[in-house]
Formats: sequence, structure tokens, C-alpha cells
Amino acid sequence: MASTSSSMVGSGSPVLKWVLRLAVVGYLFFLVGWPSALIVRRTFEGGTQAFSDALHDPDVTHALQLSVTVALVAVVINLLFGVGMSLLLVRYEFPGKRALSALIDLPLAVSPIVVGLALVLVYNPRYGWFGEGLDAHGIQIIFAKPGMIMATTFVALPLVIREVVPVLEDMGDDQEQAANSLGANGWQTFWRVTLPGIKWAVVYGVVLSLARSLGEFGAVKVVAGNVSGETTTAPVLVQQKYQNFEQQTAYAVSFMLVAAAVVCLIVVALLRPSEHSQSRRLAKNDAAAKEIP
Amino acid sequence: MIWFSLLVLIPLAAVVWTAGEDGLGAFKDALTNKQTFNALKLTVLSSLAVTAVNIVMGTVIAWVLVRDRFPGKKLIDLVIDIPFAMPTIVAGLVLLSLYGAESPLGLEWNNTRKAVLLALAFVTVPFVVRTVQPVLEEMETDVEDAAASLGASRATTFRRITLPTLAPAIFAGATLSFARAISEYGSLVLLSGNLPNRTEVASVRVYSSIEGGNQQSAAAVATILLLVALVAIVVFDLIQRRLARRG
Repeated sequence: MASTSSSMVGSGSPVLKWVLRLAVVGYLFFLVGWPSALIVRRTFEGGTQAFSDALHDPDVTHALQLSVTVALVAVVINLLFGVGMSLLLVRYEFPGKRALSALIDLPLAVSPIVVGLALVLVYNPRYGWFGEGLDAHGIQIIFAKPGMIMATTFVALPLVIREVVPVLEDMGDDQEQAANSLGANGWQTFWRVTLPGIKWAVVYGVVLSLARSLGEFGAVKVVAGNVSGETTTAPVLVQQKYQNFEQQTAYAVSFMLVAAAVVCLIVVALLRPSEHSQSRRLAKNDAAAKEIP
Repeated sequence: MIWFSLLVLIPLAAVVWTAGEDGLGAFKDALTNKQTFNALKLTVLSSLAVTAVNIVMGTVIAWVLVRDRFPGKKLIDLVIDIPFAMPTIVAGLVLLSLYGAESPLGLEWNNTRKAVLLALAFVTVPFVVRTVQPVLEEMETDVEDAAASLGASRATTFRRITLPTLAPAIFAGATLSFARAISEYGSLVLLSGNLPNRTEVASVRVYSSIEGGNQQSAAAVATILLLVALVAIVVFDLIQRRLARRG
């Protein structure tokens, strides 16, 4: 918030200002705003009829349940793994650490289809690297829930870590060392000192992962295969319904998915200011502490 | 570590391995197959175009959000996050409502290349904006004011002072949006019609190879996509460094 009323740059020529405003509003309106509004209007064209129809369709309820289950399990895995991984990356030194932290972002740059393909190649029961062995033990991963959970976990993997790592780095390990020297064991230190410090970053990461997991389409579609009905998640169902000319149902399910994601975003927006001001305050305290000789 | 390897590293290695099993044969087949080559070409060119649009529009949007003040700004802030929150398949549906058949604008862009550009632009809106915005917020205007008071024109001030400061953020956002654009799948399924040689992108090509049971050619195209992403990351990083140094 650096711009002040005295700023010459901020108060440039009014023509340019209006051109920029218009460009921004126009671009976003045509690309995002108008289409989104249209879809909402079409969903509610027949009142809430589309919703009650959709919710009475067993395909829809099954897909929604499946999506929620898969997303929740994936988020829990990412939560545990993400916090552990962040601690590992920030607090410990080991060979290959730099490579690992570069690889963490990899899932964001990989096409969901490629994610699906990768998992199929390794865990396929017929010719996968591990698939045959697992299949012999009666464990099926591809074309079943475990595979879908893995695919979802894969695509949402970096989200928790990216939130937690900077906070952990900011926090430093002074307090943890103090706790240790006062006789706390590792678990107590984590529970009483580390976790409260990274609490908001973790919540933020979890909410983002949840939004991402609910909407995952490509990767899940590849690993879920065509076991009709059984492994159809909500986003895949949207495609099927739309292509079967059941547009109203497709719109209704889409609306539910978007509503869930928007709720996630609003939660994040509400959390963010508090976290922000807190870190600013910490930074100020830090600066003040440094000035004292 | 083991979990990370099982989930990410080994499967991705399997893709590269499968593609390279017969030496470079699979890659050669992929690149000499006209349909695959066209899909890759379309993907890379559209992604570059969309990234260029994002570099300009994203910076302008971030600028307006930080430096300008007008009613409804909060709303714009919210709208920018919509593409991020929307499941990709829904993004396709949404764009179809305005640019598809029965369009209120009378534009029937579905199943054309314009649709591919639209979808990619839609899903990549937030990236540049969200990386540039915090940097612009932190940046003080006093250097710009000083330049202006010393007689630099607005264009000069922007080019010599503002742009070099923002360049790293702009290119970080551009890298993200390019990586996202070349790997996009969900939003294109309904919108682009996936016409071979015309609107079929690389991800769709990979999917149809998997469906057709041709894992090796799927893996070859997937590996090429990974390589393109890698090259892009390096190139964008180089451009960004050069720009930052010029300031």
C-alpha cells in the first residue's frame, strides 16, 4: 500500500487510467465474469428443479459421495505428508535436499493426463512395475479407489508444502531448541511449539488442497478407467451428463462443485488477513529486537 | 521419502522409461505422426500466445488492482480467483455457455482454435496477477517519483524503473502459466471438440493413446511435454535474469 495521494506516478494521466481500467474490466468480464454468470442463470432457469432432480439421480449421489471421500482421504494424506516433508526440508540437512525441494513443485507442471498415465504404468495389474505383485496379493490400485486417491494426492501434493515451508523458515528453530533444552521430547516440542506456529499455514494449505482435490478431472479419469458408475467422480460425471444431453444435471453438479470451491476460497480469504497481520507484527518485533544492541 | 518416490518419482520415471524402451524409436514415431505433431505444435504455440497475453494483461490487472482505486475493485479481485477454484471441466462448460452454440453473442467458437486459446487464457488468468501483485504492493513509489521529478517521461520511468523491479515476478508467473497451459486437459474436452490436426492438443492425444492401449506412444508424447515444460522454465528464467540486470 505504498501509493499515497502525493504520488505523481499513481495519479498519472486520467485518460491512461481509464483505458487501463476499461481493459481490465472488459477482459475479465468477457473471459470470466459473463460466462460464469450465464452458467449460474442457466442452472437456476427452472428454479431449484434441476437440483432436486440431480439429487434424486443415483449416479449423481454416488459420484458426489465418491468425490468427497476421495478428496478427504487425499487431503488427510497430503496434510500428514506435507507437514512431515516441510519439517524435513527446513529443519534437516541431507544430501539431495535441493533436488528434492525442486521436485516438490513438479506435480504442478505435469499434465493431469500424464499423472494418470504414470500411475497406470507403475500400478497396472497386468504389466505395471508393481501392479502384478500387488495384484497377486489381491490389492487393486488402478481402476479402483486407491488409484484415484493416489492421483488426487499427486496433483494436490505441493499445496500444503508450499504454504508451510516459508512459515517454518520464518519461524526459525530458536523456540524448538529452547523447548528441547528444557527437557521436552521431540513429540512434545512439535505439538506445543512447532504446530501452533504453523497452524494457519497448514489450514490454508489444506483448504487449497481440498478445493483442488474436489475438482480433479484428468488424472482421475485416466486411473478410474471405464468401470461405469463405480468409479465415476463428480467432475467426470459432469462430462458424461453433458455429452448425454442432460445439460441441466451437468449444470447442477457443476454448480455444487464450484460452490464448494468458492466456499473454500472464502474461508482462505477470511483467514489470510489475520495471518498476514500476524507475520507483519512478528517482522516488526524482529526488527525492533535487532535495533537493541 | 518413500511415499514421495512411490507416488511421484517412480511413476514419472516409468513414463520416461516406457517412452525410451526402444531407444528413440517411440519419439521418432510420435514426431513423424502428423496428428501427434500437429497436436504438439498447437499446444506449444497456443501456450506461448496465451502466456504473452498473460504477461501483458496480468501485469495491467495487477497494476490496476494495486495502484488504482475505484468501486468494484474487490469484485475484480474475487473474479481473478474463480478460474483457480473452478474444476477444469466446469471451466469448459462455463466458456461454452458464452462462446459455444446458443451463444448470446452469436459467436460459435466451439470446435475452433479460438476455443483452445480461450480455454487456456481462462485457466491461466490468476498466475501472473497473483505473482506480480505482492511485489507491486511492496514496491515504494518514491523511486518512480524521483525519476519523474528528474524529468523522465512516464514511459521511461515505467521501462527503466518499474519494469525491471517487476520482471522476476512477471516471468515467474509466466512460467507457471505456460506450464499450466501446455498441460491443460479438462477445460478443452468439451470446448475444443478435439478435432484431429485442428483443435486436438497434446494432452488429449496422450489420453486417446492410453484409451487405444498404445502406452508407449502415450509415454513418448508425455515425455516430450515434460521436456518442453523444462526447457520453458529454463528459458523464462534466462529472460528474466537479463531483464532484471538491464535495470
